[in-house]
Amino acid sequence: MPSSPPKQAGAPSGKAEAGGSKPSTAKAVANFRKSFQPWLEPDTAPFIEFRNVTKRYGAVTAVDQLSLSIFEREFFALLGPSGCGKTTLMRMLAGFEEISSGAIYLAGEDLSGVPPYRRPVNMMFQSYALFPHMSVANNIAFGLKQEGMAKGEITDRVAAMLALVKMQDFGSRKPDQLSGGQRQRVALARSLAKQPKLLLLDEPLGALDRKLREETQFELVDLQEKLGITFMIVTHDQEEAMTVADRIAVMNAGKLVQVAPPVEMYERPTNRYVADFLGDINLIAGRVKSQSKGVVTLETPAGQRLRANDDGVDLGNGNVWFATRPEKLAISRAKPAAKLNALEGEVWDIAYLGGQTTYKVRLDSGEMVKVAVLNATIDAHDPITWEERVWLSCPTEGAFALSA
Amino acid sequence: MSGVFKAVMGRAIIWLPYLWLLIFFLAPFFLVAKLSVSQTAIAQPPYLPVLTMGEGLSGWWADFKTFAFDNYAFLATDSLYWKGYLSSLQIAFISTLLTLVIGYPLAYGMARAPRTMRPLLLMLVILPFWTSFLIRVYAWIGILKKEGLLNQFLLWLGLISEPLTVLNTDVAVYIGIVYSYLPFMVLPLYANLERQDGTLLEAASDLGCNRFSAFWQITWPLSRPGVIAGCFLVFIPAVGEFVIPSLLGGSSTLMIGRILFDEFFLNRDWPISSAVAVLLLLILIVPIMLFQRSEARAREMAKGVGP
Ligand SMILES: Nc1ncnc2c1ncn2[C@@H]1O[C@H](COP(=O)(O)OP(=O)(O)OP(=O)(O)O)[C@@H](O)[C@H]1O
Ligand SMILES: [Mg+2]
Repeated sequence: MPSSPPKQAGAPSGKAEAGGSKPSTAKAVANFRKSFQPWLEPDTAPFIEFRNVTKRYGAVTAVDQLSLSIFEREFFALLGPSGCGKTTLMRMLAGFEEISSGAIYLAGEDLSGVPPYRRPVNMMFQSYALFPHMSVANNIAFGLKQEGMAKGEITDRVAAMLALVKMQDFGSRKPDQLSGGQRQRVALARSLAKQPKLLLLDEPLGALDRKLREETQFELVDLQEKLGITFMIVTHDQEEAMTVADRIAVMNAGKLVQVAPPVEMYERPTNRYVADFLGDINLIAGRVKSQSKGVVTLETPAGQRLRANDDGVDLGNGNVWFATRPEKLAISRAKPAAKLNALEGEVWDIAYLGGQTTYKVRLDSGEMVKVAVLNATIDAHDPITWEERVWLSCPTEGAFALSA
Repeated sequence: MSGVFKAVMGRAIIWLPYLWLLIFFLAPFFLVAKLSVSQTAIAQPPYLPVLTMGEGLSGWWADFKTFAFDNYAFLATDSLYWKGYLSSLQIAFISTLLTLVIGYPLAYGMARAPRTMRPLLLMLVILPFWTSFLIRVYAWIGILKKEGLLNQFLLWLGLISEPLTVLNTDVAVYIGIVYSYLPFMVLPLYANLERQDGTLLEAASDLGCNRFSAFWQITWPLSRPGVIAGCFLVFIPAVGEFVIPSLLGGSSTLMIGRILFDEFFLNRDWPISSAVAVLLLLILIVPIMLFQRSEARAREMAKGVGP
């Protein structure tokens, strides 16, 4: 790949971006991280390429006809429910599982038949797989010794890795003398030590407390900048994926449902599954009435008209979902302006979450809708309370239509 | 009421193993120890004094005063005995090494076999126990003798032109011991190797280690508790072995178990043979204690490392 400009560490997360978007969010998506979007450049060769990869265990299809390109220096996050095939995908890339059909290419070369120890790939195992008979330092040094690195250099590198994961004082301990989070950090340090071209991290930070997790996320992004490592990371933490990843893939039942940068994934999910998986979504069933200039008008069973972005997808005139994120909705006692989508209902539940308050509103049509309001914008003297009649509203751009 | 009962029962369960030890180990041991300090006599049983309940404690005290250590002194004077001990230790040691060299690959192969095959393989290892040990050793006579199966087979292959003398040599003893004790080596090794976490090898491979080197850096050190257990389980009984040297060994094969047997049944010198037995136990206590220590440490280690 030609030299790509360095990316911004700690770029705004999808949620933060989504909150304050006034103009077309599609534009915001396009502007976001303009500097690093190799997947949009047609002549950039992918670093890793899955071509129609299938993995079967007996009757179970863990990965199903999956195709995917990942680019050099990309930070790629895999999200998906338990058992959807994330670990299997990584294990095939690392060389621990035979591929049932299809092929994986790394830097243009077919990986089939290349044993794990010859692949320029390191993996952090979900189960850590620390060597129980070796000290923490020796665990981290293991890969370096195999390379035949000089002793002094190994010592320095191990010390650096221990510092990176804040385990300086634990180098001489055995893994069974560590806590779960400490083991996880050692496993991370061990996989980072060789500074490979490609790092596969299977839930690398799950056992860490929030503060340490955020710090480590930052270190990872930093490392990637400095060393140009390509990362593929599995996580169950959506915020983590949004924070660190250039692109996110949502998987379900062995297939990729959507692959997109965080903002796009959040603002423009292509189907209900992704919309629901990533963050909260309010869905209201309706039927397409008309569609023009990027706006679809749909009618709910109760006969109400709602307008939403159609993202250039021809929705026909079947059943669709009017979808909107909780933070895109405004809540008020007064009836909103006529050009907005307006929904009437009663406050069912209120949850105070520190920075924001979430209202659960039961619409007169029966649906339960979530609204998130920043606490800074709430009138402290006369807040909306339980069982009040309220109006919810959102502009056309704040909503999108999903057909699937 | 029931609380007290439970407490008593709880105690009893804790003491049960000790009771077991008392009845089946300590009591016989004291009888043998007592025999070893008694004197030979032409009588039935062939030693003096005989422990009786008739004269009460005073009678026991009178007996106690006659105890003497001349049997042990005799063991020291006759080179037969210490040569026997040394040769037993040597034969047991070499046999243990041979069993390890043969048993390790066997256990390794079993542990790496498809999961469905393993119970069958395990069964094959245990199967010989279904026939009497003595019969199996006798069968080796049929195999190893001049006109036995082994010689016939080698002659038929044309590897040898004269039948080999294997029976009644040390070689036959080694064959017998390795054959008989192999399961005691294979079983603990298999238990260890089968339990090892396969992802450790994947991790090693991931970090650039080929299979051969991963074996020496991961599998082998982690199997140490199994190796130690197997070696002790073979070594300790092999030192005292008497059936195999008696049946397969030659007249020059010195093993202490055999000497003990001869003293007991041929010479009818019960006190001397008891002294031989007590000394053997004292010699073996060192490796037994080492074994216990390593077992305890292995249990500590086995507490596991995981997420
Ligand atoms: N060795 C195996 N034999 C049989 N089935 C397997 C094997 N490994 C994985 N599977 C199955 O393949 C599917 C995908 O498993 P995988 O471990 O990739 O899930 P995952 O997405 O990593 O889940 P999690 O988030 O819980 O780690 C699951 O249904 C699992 O039961
Ligand atoms: Mg997994």
